[in-house]
Amino acid sequence: MSVKKRQKEKVIKQKFSMQLMWKQRYLLLMSVPFLIWLIIFKYIPLWGWTMAFQDVRPKTLAQPFWQRPFVGVSNFIKAFQDRIFGQVMLNTVGLSILGITVGTIMAILFALMLNEIRFVKFKKITQTISYLPHFVSWVVIASIAKMVLNDGGMLDTALHTKLGLMSTNTPLFWFTVVLINTWKEVGWDAIVYLSAMAGIDSGLYEAAKVDGANRLQRIWHITLPGIKPTVVVLLIMSIGGALNVGMERQMLLSNGIVQDHAMVLSWFSYVRGIGNSNYGLGTAIGMFQSLVGIALLFIANKVAGLLGESRLI
Amino acid sequence: MANVKSSRIKSRDNILDYILLVVFIFLVIVTVYPFLNVLAISFNDPIDTMRNINFIIPREFTWSNYAYVFRENNLGQAFILSVLRTVIGAGAGVICTAMLAYVLSRKDFYFNKVFTTLFVITMYVSGGLIPEYLLLMRDLKLGNNFLVYIIPGLIWVYNMILVRSFIEGLPMALQEAARVDGANDFIIWARIVLPLCKPVLATVALFYAVGQWNSFMDTYLYAKELPTLQYVLYEIMEKATVKIDPHSAEQVKNAVSPLSVRMAVTIVATVPILIVYPFLQKYFVGGMTVGAVKD
Repeated sequence: MSVKKRQKEKVIKQKFSMQLMWKQRYLLLMSVPFLIWLIIFKYIPLWGWTMAFQDVRPKTLAQPFWQRPFVGVSNFIKAFQDRIFGQVMLNTVGLSILGITVGTIMAILFALMLNEIRFVKFKKITQTISYLPHFVSWVVIASIAKMVLNDGGMLDTALHTKLGLMSTNTPLFWFTVVLINTWKEVGWDAIVYLSAMAGIDSGLYEAAKVDGANRLQRIWHITLPGIKPTVVVLLIMSIGGALNVGMERQMLLSNGIVQDHAMVLSWFSYVRGIGNSNYGLGTAIGMFQSLVGIALLFIANKVAGLLGESRLI
Repeated sequence: MANVKSSRIKSRDNILDYILLVVFIFLVIVTVYPFLNVLAISFNDPIDTMRNINFIIPREFTWSNYAYVFRENNLGQAFILSVLRTVIGAGAGVICTAMLAYVLSRKDFYFNKVFTTLFVITMYVSGGLIPEYLLLMRDLKLGNNFLVYIIPGLIWVYNMILVRSFIEGLPMALQEAARVDGANDFIIWARIVLPLCKPVLATVALFYAVGQWNSFMDTYLYAKELPTLQYVLYEIMEKATVKIDPHSAEQVKNAVSPLSVRMAVTIVATVPILIVYPFLQKYFVGGMTVGAVKD
């Protein structure tokens, strides 16, 4: 500990000098190119947020940024007043809440079951198979999902009914998406919880056993409280990403019939920005999504802190 | 009395094991069955498939679906493109990630804090789709250029942090010894740090490779003229029907239904993942738990 502290002090004492730069020239050569890459591909798009306050169309795009007409927040107002904005927000929030709730519960449940089962070999096989779909692309998943869930698809054939999971233009489509998403990700998401469970002191279980607690009681009183910090951290992170429902998944799983209930913010930004060539409007939608995301992250973090839980930031 | 109670608890606990066993068998079936179904359809005669698509053993075995997709959908070129972007993207990604991670693991590096912060910020804020689109297509003119698959996503900051914390866990003595022997920082990285990082680099290479292989949006947005396997599959999904020339009796006889075509391409797009999956999945899980480290 004291060694570490001394090292830290040494680091702080470093003063900028050409000698130091020369001494660290290899380190500079090995990192500055990536910094330039970072600025070009990550920070210049951030600067692009200025377009949200301008009227940017293909015609004005070629002009330098200070010559484009500034329009204040009218792009944001236009976005909020858009005919489908309400439905898009509803879809985004609905899908998020449903996805986070179902996804988290299922992952914890699955991890609990893996943690409890005593057939070791079988446990390994199941776990290995369970995260296979995570590594398969959304295009492939969509292709399979459509084969299984479309009208007259595999599931309809097997059950001799018409479920219409992919062809009902109601919030039912959210459930379909969440169902497919859970099928794809549950095994992968469970890994984190499983490793949190592995970190629980086994002495606690022994003590509970001596006190006569059965397995369910041990799960309830030891395992679940044990993974609570992990759950909170992951929840905060997913709440921060609540509006970032990916466009890729929505686009691939939906079809013309269910479009109204599949459109989410990121996709909406693309449709208005690139599809209708109104870059300012598209950027405004994207910026709105990002800013709300950051705000949500801070709020969730704060709430977790107030509830006496470990914070993320 | 206590004995009876504890044995009752025990037997109830054992029942739980068998309940779990049944649930797990069900879950395995739910996960695997659709894949087997796809595989079976892809190898089944398309006209026979229309009868009933719910089967996992081909009823009338045929190669014709695969022959068709490689002939008609230019799948060969798409396959090569997918392999190229996977190999080049993962290779370049790993080298660059390892290099940057090493520099940022060096606490004595003057710009350590600044650089690290700049990289980590981008994990939380991004300019979003439209500015990125305009940057790549208009300013950098990367549209329909193979580089658009490699350069914008060259380094994932998450992977960099993964490698960095691995390097920080290595014993410093080796680096110090090499420094005493007169090695410069680049040599230390290449000769000492890189070889020690093999396990974490394998994990990261797989993250990049799977990401590259599965990537679809970049083709859709920026490079439709360089279709990868994923994009070809998407196009087939969008086109509800496959064009069949009505004048050619031969073709009608060998007609391939859209579903059979799609399932064949689905398999082609999945198989490479399945091949690397079993012997490398341990690296993934290792990486996941290493990933639990906080920045």
